[in-house]
Amino acid sequence: MTNTDLATGTAAAGTRPEELQAAHRARRRRRQTLVHLTQVLVLVVVLGGWQLLVQGDQRGIILYGLPSGIVSRLQTWITEGTAIGSLGAQIWTTLQEALIGFVIGTALGIVCGIALGRIRFLSDVFGPFIKVLNAIPRIVLGSVFVLAFGLGLESKILLVIVLVFFGVFFNAFQGTREVDRNFIANASILGASRWQVTRQVVLPSAFTWIIASLHVSFGFALIGAIVGEFLGGYAGLGVLIKNAQGTFDANGVWAAMVIMGIVALLAEWLITRLERRLLRWRPAQLAGPDL
Amino acid sequence: MRATSPAPGQGPAIELAGVTKQFTTDGGLPYTALKDLDVRVAPGEFCAVVGPTGCGKSTTLTLVSGLERPSAGSVAVHGEPVTGITPGVGFMFQADAILPWKTVLDNVSAGPRFRGVAKRTALTDARDWIRRVGLAGFEDRYPHQLSGGMRKRVALAQNLINEPEILLMDEPFSALDVQTRAKMSDELLSLWDLTRPAVVFVTHDLEEAIALADTVVVLTAGPAATVKARFPIDLPRPRVVQEIRFERQFVDLYQQIWEALRAEVDLAYTQTTQLGGKEAS
Repeated sequence: MTNTDLATGTAAAGTRPEELQAAHRARRRRRQTLVHLTQVLVLVVVLGGWQLLVQGDQRGIILYGLPSGIVSRLQTWITEGTAIGSLGAQIWTTLQEALIGFVIGTALGIVCGIALGRIRFLSDVFGPFIKVLNAIPRIVLGSVFVLAFGLGLESKILLVIVLVFFGVFFNAFQGTREVDRNFIANASILGASRWQVTRQVVLPSAFTWIIASLHVSFGFALIGAIVGEFLGGYAGLGVLIKNAQGTFDANGVWAAMVIMGIVALLAEWLITRLERRLLRWRPAQLAGPDL
Repeated sequence: MRATSPAPGQGPAIELAGVTKQFTTDGGLPYTALKDLDVRVAPGEFCAVVGPTGCGKSTTLTLVSGLERPSAGSVAVHGEPVTGITPGVGFMFQADAILPWKTVLDNVSAGPRFRGVAKRTALTDARDWIRRVGLAGFEDRYPHQLSGGMRKRVALAQNLINEPEILLMDEPFSALDVQTRAKMSDELLSLWDLTRPAVVFVTHDLEEAIALADTVVVLTAGPAATVKARFPIDLPRPRVVQEIRFERQFVDLYQQIWEALRAEVDLAYTQTTQLGGKEAS
């Protein structure tokens, strides 16, 4: 089909279903190509502009870094390792802190959120405390943890737990409160005990809320691990960034950031897959009008 | 204690005596939904409760099921006062209450499994009931993949699998289109015939009430609703819901009951329009 065909496609393609389908498919493909091309263009303009503007200026290179410099820094790190050990070991250290903290923080958040959501007395008692704890800037606790638990993994994991917990907790709590009363009444009449209602009605229903918080929480987990390493540590991407900053190595800071970005994207992809699996029962989103 | 065992006259399946139910509204003011309500339902009896909007029909059901307690008076099921969730009761809600994250099979088998029946037995029973409500082949579907009528059938199977001695139904078919509704009513009657639980069927549709029930109870307009009148429906069974309404006897009964109901509907209507929806529902 040529372009002119497509322009008049909807009207002229006639009523035969294959024609309509083909026209629809062609239109969608064309649109997608356009989107991808624009995306590439945006990248080229931003990175190319950066490269061209900073390239000639020695001071600029030190202050802002260069895309080409970032790429070569990544290459060195991958092939020769970093000043504090192999790149893989740094990524693994940070990831370990983030993951362990994330899992513990999420589990605690879900358990506490559902418990407080289900048991009125608990929420009345602990509600104000949790509000106060949530109000203080928790990142500062990182310093406390480093002082108390040293420069190893523990202090970072604790910071991650604290950062992850509250987001998950509030969503689990709200999700528990929003469960359709009819579902609970129905399950109770069918013979479910309070625990069975919690397990089979409240938890799955609140999961829509909980999983939404996981996307944000994993970001917090990475931030917690990195900041923890900033505040004091032997290894990890945070230490790498801190060292790069200390030696006026902007490219190093950017390179570590690129690695973090890739890790975060991978985690996001995994969480989305988990979400699809757990929320299989939900109706698929219907496509909106193609505007 | 299935419908086969209790002989008629052995004592009512449900007895509400002098029941008053008060709620506190959001403003903290007391609102009397029911006042001095007396209703008796015999074992195996199909009792329809009709009344104008907001007269506390649904409240009656929550009292019998044990979801709520009366403020005064007594509620007894099979002679036992209701203190918690009443055992042996099924409840079909107006809105969908089947669990959307469970498949049809898991939804229907939920009751027995909550009660500790072995998984294998529960699933076999569930398959039987799914077949009986005409959903064979849909066992692995999720509720959102079913039509409204099919979801109602799942709810029906979910309740009947527990073999309740009492089935409470709160306008269960009101969300369905007219044809589906008539079909569902017919199916309800034939399924009811299998185990013959006592049924309390709340509806605002008088035609539906007469077509289904042995007894129609008319409530007065709320607040402080109570029983206005009670009409035995002696139409022969089995009935075909869509056709029975053309029979002479049906029309006579309809006129008779409508006389009683009309005044209450008019009263409720003027009340709600005067209040401007202040005390809606």
